[in-house]
Amino acid sequence: MKKTLLATAVLALGGFSSAALADLPVAIAGPMTGQYASAGDQIRKGAEMAIADINARGGVLGEKLKLEVGDDACDPKQAVSVANTMVNKGIVFMHGHWCSSSTIPASEVYVEADIPMATVSTNPQVTERGLKNIFRIMGRDDQQGLVAGSYIADSFKGKKVAVVDDKSAYGKGLADEMAKAMEGKGLKPTLREAITAGEKDYSGLVTKLKQAGVEVMAYGGYHTEVALILRQAQAAGLQLTVMGGDTMTNSELVTAAGPAADNVMFTFSPDPRKNPDAAPVVEKFRAAKVEPEGYVLYAYAAMQLFEQAATAAKSTKYADLEKAMRGGTFKTVIGDLAFDAKGDQKAPGFVVYRWQGGKYDYAK
Amino acid sequence: MAYALQQLINGLTLGAMYGLIAIGYTMVYGIIGMINFAHGDIFMVSAFIAVTAFTILAAADVTSIPLALTFVLIVSIFFTSAYGWAVERTAYRPLRGSTRLAPLISAIGMSIFLQNAVQLTQGARVKPIPPVLEGGVVLWDAPGFTVQIGWSQMLIIVTTVVLMLAFTWMITQTPFGRQQRACEQDRTMASLLGVNVDRTISFTFMLGAALAAVAGVMVTVYYGVVDFFIGFLAGIKAFTAAVLGGIGSLPGAMLGGLLIGLIESFWAAYLWAEYKDVATFGILCLVLMLRPSGLLGRPEVEKV
Repeated sequence: MKKTLLATAVLALGGFSSAALADLPVAIAGPMTGQYASAGDQIRKGAEMAIADINARGGVLGEKLKLEVGDDACDPKQAVSVANTMVNKGIVFMHGHWCSSSTIPASEVYVEADIPMATVSTNPQVTERGLKNIFRIMGRDDQQGLVAGSYIADSFKGKKVAVVDDKSAYGKGLADEMAKAMEGKGLKPTLREAITAGEKDYSGLVTKLKQAGVEVMAYGGYHTEVALILRQAQAAGLQLTVMGGDTMTNSELVTAAGPAADNVMFTFSPDPRKNPDAAPVVEKFRAAKVEPEGYVLYAYAAMQLFEQAATAAKSTKYADLEKAMRGGTFKTVIGDLAFDAKGDQKAPGFVVYRWQGGKYDYAK
Repeated sequence: MAYALQQLINGLTLGAMYGLIAIGYTMVYGIIGMINFAHGDIFMVSAFIAVTAFTILAAADVTSIPLALTFVLIVSIFFTSAYGWAVERTAYRPLRGSTRLAPLISAIGMSIFLQNAVQLTQGARVKPIPPVLEGGVVLWDAPGFTVQIGWSQMLIIVTTVVLMLAFTWMITQTPFGRQQRACEQDRTMASLLGVNVDRTISFTFMLGAALAAVAGVMVTVYYGVVDFFIGFLAGIKAFTAAVLGGIGSLPGAMLGGLLIGLIESFWAAYLWAEYKDVATFGILCLVLMLRPSGLLGRPEVEKV
């Protein structure tokens, strides 16, 4: 018994010291707890795998990477305190946050501390404030809304469409852009509504949609609310097709909405899992029993971006990294990344997907 | 008209659930004068117990819906009452007699503890159950709009009415009810007259938790999904309902719950849904300005 204890202690010490040797801290931040924790989980799994792979290749500039995880629970106040903690830990690169409303205030802290960051937040304001340290590896809501809105106007001509959002920075931004794109193509939304996220009862909204004869709902917000709305619509005898944004990639939508999830369409970047260059990494994730859906491969790509930029710049100093990131083209699992002056991806491209029997694929 | 009727049904269902939870707040306030902020989370725990019970039933191939519902209700009430008892015993009783603020902070701590415990043990993802009570009856096939009431909505409204009647009977007619009212009026005097005050308070907590458990089962059946976060908003709304109806008053809590449910659904139906909560709390402020102790004023039970 004593020996087992001793051995455990030695093992623990061994693990500790090897962690202490890795002295290049990089970080991720997002909702690790709270109602959107499943997205945070995806980011963490992607980043962990990327860092294990990079360290297996010998690290960056001869130094091993160490992952710091920050939990903002999608709360802007907590996001700022996470940002301060991360700055204190001396991180050289940040991938995060996830909710636009967290990324925006947190980025003000990172820019003060000269920390470059990659993010998947889609609100236009993320890159519109003239900050030099932000690189967005995902598209923007205005691009996303344009694709979704045009698709609705083209595919659901003559049907009644409601535009609904959850009043969040992300949701309202996306819904506004969808409405604008629809109107631009001559389809005027029948209803414009907003709901409170986090509630369970949306029967009021569902009844309102039914009364107005709405068949299609363009929704800006997160998947948890969509699942409830769909379930309640079905109970009220309302056939509803939903068009949403990138948050609908979460398979939790299917568990919560059941078969009704087949009525959900959404826009997302072309599926990185279909990228042939990503095949070995996708295999690796699946072997580790992680389905690389949603943000998993994005987090992996963010770490690759840091690895390649630091290698190209031969430095992890902010000025060198920023120059390298802005100037270079990076081969990642989500495809080639290159950034414009604002920090937006040069070729973002959104596609319309549809859930079908628990999987999503390009919509026909 | 048909539309208004449908929204009325929606509002009543929602209000009935707020009311059931609100009673837990109001009873505890009535007897020990504190706001039990962990009550919303007790409700959340009960919903998780219900999901577990439903899963067990599904694994055991039980297909009879009345049987399943009865089983789940009993299991959920039993375990949730145990939670209510344990919370009172560990977080509030040791602080009885200290400052007024101490149990309040302890309650907030308990709320966070329960939320995090469920998140860590059950995971952050939503837990769905397949639809239990599908379909309903068409009440009115008006031109352009069909009014229907789901079986689950009916179940919620009927259960709430029955429970309220049983509850009123218990508080006004039984020995326990008399002890409970005695403790509300004057704890010292009640103990001098041979009422076991500690046991009465424990029992009050268990009763509040049992009603929250019924609400938890109903929510699980009606919405089909639960997550560790549902206690927060439900708790805030139910607490508001208790204040609106007059905290400390049992019929007040029910009335407050129904009013909030109706205000929410009618405001969202005819005005701007995005200002729904502003409207609810605006009306609460107005009522409190005109009647500072809520709609039904001082607890009725005190007059006995």
